[in-house]
Amino acid sequence: MTILIVLVVVVLLLLFVGALYNGLVRKRNSVDNGWSQIDVQLKRRLDLIPNLVETVKGYAEHEREALEAVIAARNGAVAAPDTPGAQAAAEGPIAGALRQLFAVSEAYPDLKANTNFLSLQEELSATEGRIAYARQFYNDAVLRYHNAIDQVPGVIVAKMFSFNHREYFDAGPEADRVPSVSF
Amino acid sequence: MHELIRSNKRRSALVIIVFCTVFVAIGWIVGVTVGGGWTLTVVALVLSLVLSVGSWWSSATIALKVSRARPADETEYRRLHNLVEGLCIAGGIPKPGVYIIDDEAPNAFATGRNPQHAAIAVTTGLLNKMNRVELEGVVAHELSHIRHYDIAVSTIAVTLVGAVALMSDLALRTLWWNGGRTSRSNDRNGHNNPLAIVGFILIIVAPIIATLLQRAVSRQRESLADVGACELTRYPPGLISALEKLQDDTTVTHSASTATAHMWIEQPMSGVGDNGRLGSVHKLFNTHPPLEERIQALKDL
Repeated sequence: MTILIVLVVVVLLLLFVGALYNGLVRKRNSVDNGWSQIDVQLKRRLDLIPNLVETVKGYAEHEREALEAVIAARNGAVAAPDTPGAQAAAEGPIAGALRQLFAVSEAYPDLKANTNFLSLQEELSATEGRIAYARQFYNDAVLRYHNAIDQVPGVIVAKMFSFNHREYFDAGPEADRVPSVSF
Repeated sequence: MHELIRSNKRRSALVIIVFCTVFVAIGWIVGVTVGGGWTLTVVALVLSLVLSVGSWWSSATIALKVSRARPADETEYRRLHNLVEGLCIAGGIPKPGVYIIDDEAPNAFATGRNPQHAAIAVTTGLLNKMNRVELEGVVAHELSHIRHYDIAVSTIAVTLVGAVALMSDLALRTLWWNGGRTSRSNDRNGHNNPLAIVGFILIIVAPIIATLLQRAVSRQRESLADVGACELTRYPPGLISALEKLQDDTTVTHSASTATAHMWIEQPMSGVGDNGRLGSVHKLFNTHPPLEERIQALKDL
């Protein structure tokens, strides 16, 4: 009889731990999925930039400074390690440089009438929006995952099977600074 | 916000349980009043099961056909496609089919049995009258319906209402054929079976209760989808100004029918009984909460 009770308790405990473990795996997969969504959009933007630079060059040769800022920011992102923190830090300068490039292109009516430029502009702003949304989804997923592995009872299972903390897609305080613009 | 979604899920489960109880109760009452009417009950049960599974399975195709929706062209409606893609990334759901309905009235709906088989449709009027953030709010509202599995639940609710109506109709007819006698078993002693009278009242009242319940669920889900939309866009003013535009707009959606009324973002027939005569009773039968209430709720967030 006692053996039976012990057996039942052990089985119930195993089931409980199993359910907890599965829950944590689900949350961790959601984090991974969120990160790959961001990654896809970041890569897409990196692919679009050379086209944009070529198109703008044809019309606005004089805006060398703005063009070089975009290229430098892109190179920085390509060189950055493939981690959320580093990519987020490299993401800020690209967005800033692109915004500046689009601002100076306002002065070139021929460029603004170019359909290739217009579609690139729409694609880049759409990608920008998608990055923002993907970041929102990813950071929420990380928060849920952290809540699960830091709280009782998840923390016990997390320690047993080494579920580690993940990095937020967050560039840190210096990225919030508005880039200085010189005319 | 997640708390709200959970409580809503509980509520839907409760409603389905209540529906099933009502359903079984009616079946049992048919048995009592007509005496041995179990074949009818089984027939009605099987029929409603087939109907509900069938309509659940092909809900998207049917709803889109009924509303005369056509697929949105990738290049012509690039902006709409981009909006939908972005919001789907935010919600972590696959991109649904995007459809256009040629209709002057601004309106939109979502359909599909699960996020993998979903579609959203917007009218050309909506595309013309809304700016980017407003359109984003409306699309996010529809995607929230998909995310919360609202379409599946409302489809089940609709078919269950239909099934309850069908059952009570059958029961009433069998009573009629039975020559007005409430039960065979009390033919000889001449007494009325009190249970049968209760059953008779229930048979009449049940469809009304079922409809009211369905409408209550639908209203709850609309408010919840509004909140869910703000969770996706993180920008309540977009949806607020979209709802205000819908409120000011007086054109009536022609592509909508009563059967699909619960799916649209704005109740398509809102102009019909709005002269105040129907008052609170009318309010009970609405599939959507009044727009003013929805706008106020969003402003309180």
